[in-house]
Amino acid sequence: MWAAVLVGAAACYLLKLAGLAVPERVLADDRVRRVGALLPVALLGALIAVQIFTSGPRLTVDARAVGLAVAVVAQWRRASFLVVVTAACAATALVRALA
Amino acid sequence: MFTGGSQFAMVGTVASGGAPMAGAATAAVLGSRNAFYGFGLAPLLRPTGARRLAAAHLVIDESAAMGSAHRGAGGRLAFWTTGLSVFVGWNAMTLVGALGATAIDDPRVLGLDVAGPAAFVVLVRAQMGTSGARASGRHLARRVVAWRRAPQPWVVALVAALLALASAPFVPAGIPILVAAGVAVVGGWRPAHADQLDGSEGRPPSEPPPGGGR
Repeated sequence: MWAAVLVGAAACYLLKLAGLAVPERVLADDRVRRVGALLPVALLGALIAVQIFTSGPRLTVDARAVGLAVAVVAQWRRASFLVVVTAACAATALVRALA
Repeated sequence: MFTGGSQFAMVGTVASGGAPMAGAATAAVLGSRNAFYGFGLAPLLRPTGARRLAAAHLVIDESAAMGSAHRGAGGRLAFWTTGLSVFVGWNAMTLVGALGATAIDDPRVLGLDVAGPAAFVVLVRAQMGTSGARASGRHLARRVVAWRRAPQPWVVALVAALLALASAPFVPAGIPILVAAGVAVVGGWRPAHADQLDGSEGRPPSEPPPGGGR
């Protein structure tokens, strides 16, 4: 078990290092820059979707969707980071308490 | 292993009966996004030597998002302060969680399972404000043209989200995120309006079409 933890940790670190160590020439490529800029957006979009709308392998819509909606509205109204997160958690907890 | 998604992926895989090494593989696959964050951060940080080794450890979702939201020295400051404060806070709270896991009956009662996604909403918004305006350097004009041809970030985020949901029922946890990463690779590699079909290099492995999600 601990061997697996160490292997996983080493792999994760080396991937980070590899990303920082690529040569300048590669980074100057427009396509690489576009992909680099779009990747975080794609990954975050997917992480949000999966963490809100799935339970294990199943697709679900529950109290978390309300929390997401509150977060989106709060963010749209330019609320601060803490307000967005707290409001989303509170809304989700409220819906669960009422249900 | 300082990258939360990978930690959760490894714990999730092992907790659901997977082999420890399968958990390590899942963690590494999910951690591969940090390599792409590194691509994006390298021009900003330009780290060398021991600084590069330290910077690499701090390349995570949060520091990459904050670092790339600003240019120049501001971006570097944002990267280091975000990376270091998350490093300290994350590990301290992990210790608290490990020691006090039994103290909280169910974090879901407080809605805490939505805290992560809510934070991601803020991060996505920060990304959208900058990714279209990050063209800089010697070939500014050419870059601006190239950027304008790239798909809109919100379209990429939406398609990625739908693809992740569409694939979630059919593949192991963690993989839907990587499927979604393929959207950025394809979208960035082949500009949206390009009429020649030459983008196959970056295409992700076959997956169910979008629309199965909601």
